[in-house]
Amino acid sequence: MFNAFRTIIMRDLLLAMRRRSDVLTTLFFFVIVVSLFPLGIGPELNILRLIAPGVFWVAALLASMLALEKLFFVDYQDGALEQMLLAPQPLSVLVLGKVLAHWLVTGLPLVLLSPLLGLQYDLSTATIGTMMLTLLIGTPALSLIGAIGAALTLGLRGGGVLVSLLVLPLYIPVLIFGAGAVEAEASGLGGAGHLSMLGAILLLAALAAPLATAAALRISAE
Amino acid sequence: MLEVVNLQCIRGDRCLFSGIGFTVGEGELLHLYGHNGSGKTTLMRALCGLIAPTEGEVRWNDEPIRRQREEYAAELLYLGHKNGLKDDLTGVENLLVACRLAGLSVPEDRAWEVLEQMGLRGHEDLPARVLSQGQQKRVALARLLLSQAPLWILDEPFVGLDVAAVALLEKVLAEHVARGGMVILTTHQEVALTTGKVKKLRLGWKEDGCV
Repeated sequence: MFNAFRTIIMRDLLLAMRRRSDVLTTLFFFVIVVSLFPLGIGPELNILRLIAPGVFWVAALLASMLALEKLFFVDYQDGALEQMLLAPQPLSVLVLGKVLAHWLVTGLPLVLLSPLLGLQYDLSTATIGTMMLTLLIGTPALSLIGAIGAALTLGLRGGGVLVSLLVLPLYIPVLIFGAGAVEAEASGLGGAGHLSMLGAILLLAALAAPLATAAALRISAE
Repeated sequence: MLEVVNLQCIRGDRCLFSGIGFTVGEGELLHLYGHNGSGKTTLMRALCGLIAPTEGEVRWNDEPIRRQREEYAAELLYLGHKNGLKDDLTGVENLLVACRLAGLSVPEDRAWEVLEQMGLRGHEDLPARVLSQGQQKRVALARLLLSQAPLWILDEPFVGLDVAAVALLEKVLAEHVARGGMVILTTHQEVALTTGKVKKLRLGWKEDGCV
């Protein structure tokens, strides 16, 4: 079982390496959206510091949405999904592997890049640290939750729009606690409570989302 | 042994087939045929468990496949219309990934050997997207040479293959059946088997070829 899990991760990472444009699209989207606000608002440092958590989180959310469409679609098209459905391992384990690989190439780069973008908002080192931590906990949750939507809309026409409608409401708790933690930390209230909630969401998503995604894939692939 | 009992499949409001029952035992090959659109692919997908039949059930060793999904999957090899190859992976990588997902641990040099046997010498490390249709099919079929699954379900395995590859595939199928394996396949050509038993099942109401 662990072998298959590793095989899926290695395969998807290798595919991402061979087709870098897909990965870079998400990353550039995030960078550009985050950079547009300081340009548009101007050098009002107080306002920028205030809106930074929200902007980062909304941009991360949209970037995650953008990457979702491709999560299962290529596998569905070339028949690899059928083979995954017929593999002698629990489908949820393979799904977890796919989501993990997907996060490593679309979520983790956002986390690593956020300190650099934080400079545009005149964020303190401590705030940037909290921001990275919330993104590190939050973006895998986004990928896991998004996978359910991607699986449900697989093979539908106009799936891209539908997936946003399905998934964005489910992203709201992650957004609230993610941005909330950064704001609370920056205002000196301490974001521990928000961070714990975010962690709880991640754990719940890691447990339930692969099972739900697997069930949705079986229905979509019929 | 694979046993199909009173299988019915309705897609939308169209009944593709109903009341289908047959068994495939050790050393038997079942040749499914019928006109285009008669439900061959649907039947095969139902046999794999990819589609839930409207009525009836598929049993593997007297147990419905729904209740033993992973055990059944370990004994099954399915090759559908889509080859399941990744365009950006090479032939060897594709083969290794497919085998590992099926629970086989295959050393890399064995994969090279098998692809050479499939007549792909010199093309093993090209990405699948630059291979021709027939070559891609050969890469997909290379799994048969490594598989230990007793039941093979092959949807149109001969499509796109040249004469030499057809002969090779027939040999591989004959060897599998002779070993006591089971094969279910759809094809529009005759299947020549010297050993083992060939069963035939016609789907649909039209004779082949009439429009």
